[in-house]
Amino acid sequence: MTVDGITPGRTADKAELLFDLTVPAGDGWIGVVPAGGRFRITDLAGNQAVDTLFYDAHDYANRYSAVDTIREQGAVYLTTGSVLRTINADPLATIVEDTCGRHDTVGGACSQESNVVRYGEHTRHQHACRATFLRQAIGWGRGLKKRDLTHNINFFMNVPLTPEGGLTFEDGVSAPGKYVELRAERDLLALVSNCPQLNNPCNGYDPTPIQLTGWAAP
Amino acid sequence: MNQHYEIPGGAADSLRLRRHRALTLTCLGDGANVSMLVYAADNPLDRLNIPDTLKAQMSARIVPPMVLVSDMGRALASVTGSSLDWHDAVTGHSLDAQVERRYGPSSYAADSNGWRLSARAGLLDELWKHGLGARDLHANINWFSKVAPAADARGTLEYVPGHAAAGDWVTLRAEQDLLIVLSTAPHPLDPAETWQPSGVRLTIEPVSAPADDDPSRTHRAESARALAVTERSLL
Repeated sequence: MTVDGITPGRTADKAELLFDLTVPAGDGWIGVVPAGGRFRITDLAGNQAVDTLFYDAHDYANRYSAVDTIREQGAVYLTTGSVLRTINADPLATIVEDTCGRHDTVGGACSQESNVVRYGEHTRHQHACRATFLRQAIGWGRGLKKRDLTHNINFFMNVPLTPEGGLTFEDGVSAPGKYVELRAERDLLALVSNCPQLNNPCNGYDPTPIQLTGWAAP
Repeated sequence: MNQHYEIPGGAADSLRLRRHRALTLTCLGDGANVSMLVYAADNPLDRLNIPDTLKAQMSARIVPPMVLVSDMGRALASVTGSSLDWHDAVTGHSLDAQVERRYGPSSYAADSNGWRLSARAGLLDELWKHGLGARDLHANINWFSKVAPAADARGTLEYVPGHAAAGDWVTLRAEQDLLIVLSTAPHPLDPAETWQPSGVRLTIEPVSAPADDDPSRTHRAESARALAVTERSLL
């Protein structure tokens, strides 16, 4: 597998590069993107779910809320133009570029416990996103705890809902090099789990690395 | 012995529901909405997880005989019956700013006990009584409300007016001791321009533990496993 990310330099929209890193399969990352800055997530090898939570960097209680985001945009999926909102409906970030086209809001993250419910007791000790979230949150310190972990975005993941009330996990809509780029609407703390799930098609049964790139405001 | 009580529209409440007690909510008027949060009484860090509940049972709505799954994979409650085939869980609850925008400003000084409080205000008032707060809010269920996704590229959502009428009901069976927090404020997408939330009657009664052939257990392998995880955790 090749890992050939792209790292655009300075443009009219972007000032200095703040970080540009690869998150290995099954690993995580936590960090800050300043207001007006950009945050790009690149699916390097394709079909890789990137479980992501966002917080107001100065008030972790004012955190990404899937249901408030869904209600305020009147639609379930995220794409260019979608405004990610907090539990108080404040804008956290706007999706400004999206070469994938659809991202999931309702599938949540895998955990050891949800794997047991979905796939059986034999999956209890497999690696899971919520363990990654907790490890990153506790490692970050500053008071982030389990109660601050809520329902995340799954970038590059396709979980269609139907008018009849159904929900399915479909094969990924992503492909190698697809990316999504967000503009931070306030100082943003991002918490990422590069999903290690092997029991459904969300990672094409082959979890792969992702690239995270951050730029300061122009 | 059954216990009945009523909660008026636009109010909030919280209650402990013991294991193997059934809670029936019955609409006292048309268009009722009950925004509900659910916590494990023995560890409120373990709470209703809507994504886990929906994906484990491949559903975009809450409907019998689904189980409500916690963050840690336990069945908190089973939805054992309802007169309605859709209860919303993906559009959250009303916020202060939205209630003021829709219905105009309100205060105790102006409206006395007709003071219009958002679901958020009511839920927080109740959470604080139990030592919980804003960081403990999770995606809620809106009993009696339907918001249906379209089959388009965005997954456009449509609120369905008139989904619930007086007399509509839903019954939950607690599978472990629960803390339940609820608000009867209108659904945030309810287009009604006047504030006239309907109340609900709560009926609590003892019921049997789910048998091997209980519909919530036989619904799906996932619902059976969630019930088994709860049962094992309480041995």
